[in-house]
Amino acid sequence: MAETKASGKPVPRVDEESKGYWEACARHELYVQRCRDCGTVRYYPRALCPTCLAADPEWVLSSGRGTVYTYTVTYQNLAPGFRESVPYVLAYVELEEGVRLLTNIVDCAPDAVRIGMPVEVTFDDLTADTSIPKFRPVS
Amino acid sequence: MGFGRQVVIAGVYEHPTRWAPEKTQYRIHAESARGALADAGLGIGDVDGYFTSGVSQMGILSLADYLNLQPRFLDSTSIGGSSFVAHVTHAAAAIGAGLCEVALITYGSTAASERFAVGTGGGFGGDPPDQFEAAYGPTVVGAYALAAQRHMHAYGTTSEQLAQVAVTTRRHAGLNPAAKFRDPIAVDDVLASRIVSAPLHLLDCCIISDGGGAIVVTTAERARDLRRPPVYVLGGAEACCHTGAGHRDLTDMAASQSGPRAMSMAGVGHATVDMCMIYDSFTITVVMTLEALGFCGRGEGGAFVSEGRIGLGGALPINTDGGGLSSNHPGMRGIFLVIEAVKQLRGECGVRQVPDCRIALCHGTGGTLGLRHSGATLVLGRG
Repeated sequence: MAETKASGKPVPRVDEESKGYWEACARHELYVQRCRDCGTVRYYPRALCPTCLAADPEWVLSSGRGTVYTYTVTYQNLAPGFRESVPYVLAYVELEEGVRLLTNIVDCAPDAVRIGMPVEVTFDDLTADTSIPKFRPVS
Repeated sequence: MGFGRQVVIAGVYEHPTRWAPEKTQYRIHAESARGALADAGLGIGDVDGYFTSGVSQMGILSLADYLNLQPRFLDSTSIGGSSFVAHVTHAAAAIGAGLCEVALITYGSTAASERFAVGTGGGFGGDPPDQFEAAYGPTVVGAYALAAQRHMHAYGTTSEQLAQVAVTTRRHAGLNPAAKFRDPIAVDDVLASRIVSAPLHLLDCCIISDGGGAIVVTTAERARDLRRPPVYVLGGAEACCHTGAGHRDLTDMAASQSGPRAMSMAGVGHATVDMCMIYDSFTITVVMTLEALGFCGRGEGGAFVSEGRIGLGGALPINTDGGGLSSNHPGMRGIFLVIEAVKQLRGECGVRQVPDCRIALCHGTGGTLGLRHSGATLVLGRG
């Protein structure tokens, strides 16, 4: 479960398997994992490859570029931290590395988001040591 | 292929309440158990298998305690709102294997009177994916809306087509005195209702009510001298669909796996299905489920629901009770899919009866379409 920061928005709870990912995010770098055995790229990061169960994945620095796979403009969310943030855009972005991740599209009018729109990563610093990847239209 | 023995549903009961601030969740379970056992002509002492979900992690023990049950088989499979559809299959398998003979499945909830924000609150747990999702604010409605938006993009599905599901379901609710919302609505009413999470409007979303229900499953032999005509459990299957390590196609759903398996086990084809009970958490859920079950091609669901087929009198009536969109949705609707299908097969539905209903298919979707969900399909037939 996520912890709660002052704004009420949940902050990711880091574990041993995700530590490398979140440490990179704190440096404003987005990484995905690739299996050294079968080559499958995966998201979210985890200890064993869900295709072949091999351990010790390779960390691959993402270009941070991708396209909007799908999205929704959320107008109602009663949860703390989000109640005040509507409307916001929840989306899946398909990275150039081939995996899709859940995120927010920011720095544009919610109504301007479209499927297929090129986007790039930008980091939201939730706390002094936790940043989460979000995406904005490619300028 | 089957369950080893002929398994039947011998009793059902849908609790009539939609608003029960004076009752506890457990009391609704117990009143529902009483109703279904009375329907079957059995007593609580006959129950030797117990199934439930929607309670706390070990809530099945507390409920067994509350009902003073001594089951020799227990199952609290918790895969979202579809759980109770899966319980029927699990009960049939347990009965077929001789692990129990009279299985009781119960559900009860006071979601409305306790003011749970079922679809638009937080409620995310501590599982590993949570740290990659919760900070972005995915509501339940939002997670279904992600699939809806992709479906619209891929196939040209429109908001008007989705609205047809809500309009048809409301018409059916008008024929069900127990339904919470019974006044007719038009497509324009759905489109004019506020957007909760685009493209889903308020009237694209299921309602929140209190309620509960119960089902009694046993062998055909045992049911022979019971009160009601037995309804045969012909086939059942389940599946799940998740983010696929980042490779998921959001227009697919678990129903595309569980549907064919359950129909094959039952030995029935699409043309022989007289009616369907489809979990209608949202209008998009119905459109995508009909496609995934193979009643129409992928991408054809929008047109399928818009041509009068899914209404009473159409080729494939669905959700004749008014569904979760209009009748009741206390957070988990799977049990009501089975109860209404059984009543249709027994010919007890009065003005909303599907004529000569012989084969009914129930499909429950649990969890959230855009993140992780389960599918449970059940094929039922009258004797």
